[in-house]
Amino acid sequence: MADAERSPGFATLSIHAGAKPDPTTGARATPIYQTTSFVFDDVDHAAALFGLQTFGNIYTRIGNPTCAVLEERVAALEGGTAGLAIASGHAAQVVVMHALMTPGDELVASKKLYGGSINQFNHSYKNFGWNVVWADPDDLNSFEKAVTPKTKCIFIESIANPGGIITDIEAIAKIARKAGVPLIVDNTLATPYLCKPIDYGADIIVHSLTKFLGGHGNSIGGMIVDGGTFNWSRDKRYPMLSEPRPEYQGIILHETFGNFAFAIACRVLGLRDLGPALSPFNAFLILTGVETLPLRMQRHCDNTLAVADWLSKRPEVAWVSYPGLSGDKYASLAKKYVPKGSGAVFTFGLKGGYDAGVKLVSNVKLFSHLANIGDTRSLIIHPASTTHRQLSDAQKTQAGAGPDVVRLSVGLEDKEDIIADLEQALKAK
Amino acid sequence: MNHDAYNDAYIRGILNTVKTIAMVGISPKENRPSFFAFKYLMERGYRMIPVNPGQAGKRILGQKVYAKLSDIPEAVDMVDIFRTSEHALPIVKEALTLRPPPQVIWMQLTVRNDEAAKLAEDAGLKVVMNRCPKIEYGRLSSEITWMGVNSRTLSSRRAQTLGSGVQRMRLSPPSEKDKNG
Repeated sequence: MADAERSPGFATLSIHAGAKPDPTTGARATPIYQTTSFVFDDVDHAAALFGLQTFGNIYTRIGNPTCAVLEERVAALEGGTAGLAIASGHAAQVVVMHALMTPGDELVASKKLYGGSINQFNHSYKNFGWNVVWADPDDLNSFEKAVTPKTKCIFIESIANPGGIITDIEAIAKIARKAGVPLIVDNTLATPYLCKPIDYGADIIVHSLTKFLGGHGNSIGGMIVDGGTFNWSRDKRYPMLSEPRPEYQGIILHETFGNFAFAIACRVLGLRDLGPALSPFNAFLILTGVETLPLRMQRHCDNTLAVADWLSKRPEVAWVSYPGLSGDKYASLAKKYVPKGSGAVFTFGLKGGYDAGVKLVSNVKLFSHLANIGDTRSLIIHPASTTHRQLSDAQKTQAGAGPDVVRLSVGLEDKEDIIADLEQALKAK
Repeated sequence: MNHDAYNDAYIRGILNTVKTIAMVGISPKENRPSFFAFKYLMERGYRMIPVNPGQAGKRILGQKVYAKLSDIPEAVDMVDIFRTSEHALPIVKEALTLRPPPQVIWMQLTVRNDEAAKLAEDAGLKVVMNRCPKIEYGRLSSEITWMGVNSRTLSSRRAQTLGSGVQRMRLSPPSEKDKNG
């Protein structure tokens, strides 16, 4: 297989990429290397490892063979050159920005992002002197206008949380290229099964593995994928990659590692120094999830389309925001970027407003009322009474979390059961 | 030969066949990519010969440095060019005067010179451009997987360890196809 001319398909990669039988025991499933550290072959080998002169394992904060299989797996699925596993999707974003930004720099970000990312960019990044400039994915000019000489990257989500929004990746990639900055795409809601942003010009992919890639609601994890597409040495804007690094005896990472230098920089500078390593046990659970990604994702999408279609015909429902429905505002972008399905997360509005939302989440029996997405189980949340409770009504509406809004993450149960649960909860007194 | 996308069998065949590699443009500085690649390949069992006129007569990692390819007093299987693209042509011309001539011309990552490649291929040599033999060895031996790099290889066979260590891997033996091709 190794020397075959043909490229393996997505399902084959989901199972095999990165995972050869264990070299010492022959174990076929990827072993959980639950160890902090690795012995060196000899003193020279240790020196070569610390100096980045050879490939190998030192300490699980910097790299671990179980995590490495997951890294190669996701990199292969995304069509990137290398991956780096991180403790969470949020930590992955910090490690990416750490490699790109210096105090006073700016990132341009889509307004339509996961609320946790909006918080991280607005508030936490201020402590590092990183300033976010918001742009509107429904107005591409706003991205162009937001770019300044201080801009170091553009950040978007492919399918934007809380669902229902498809971002025009290719158009924004053109703006990034013109600005000479990398485009970072959070591909969590789509997964590479539905959309491969690198094919549309993205340079860096980040994931919350917690969601559909892991898929079973049992492990927090994050991933960075290097697209291998960006020229870090064109100017001195990215000194972590283009300049001699004092941490490593003056090594220049881009020149040394070529098209996977960004992933190496995130590992040997970001992960090494900031420390948010993924547990090998979590990596194992997530790897097991990834093996069935194509099967699960298609079922998620098929179920979701049925549920969204059913809801759109209900008298209690004012509107449904799911790009898979014909006539949806984002239907044409969905056809281009996510032809196999628009994911499993979407919002809808109840005619009965806030009280109807509270009543619905109180009466479901199969759906779990919680603040996660991308589980085998169907999940529901009423943002106005939970995650967005502190905001004013105007702010809630601006954030897509108005009093009437309910968010679903449709699971893998029988769609008839999912619909029956919603029906009984909508009818309940 | 399509120099935009080599197949794995071609690269594996080269790395499994050559034994002596002359590296033109090696730096004596420990933090330079050429030094990395030289050291790595030496540790994987290749006979490495440094070529750098500014360092002639000195030693790099214990190996005597020659000013030019024609000064090397033994046969060379592969010439690895660690110079910018415009310098590749005269190096290839010199390599073709060696007796016996090398079997392979390898130009490092970012180095590409199609005129030099054609000259070498017309003389029956194999050519690789814009690749690093260290990265390709690490990729095909599965070592590079430890760095999360997409090796673009799938296999249901175990990776092979090299020598007595546990953290050095070797290339699997060449298949019949590689030997013939």
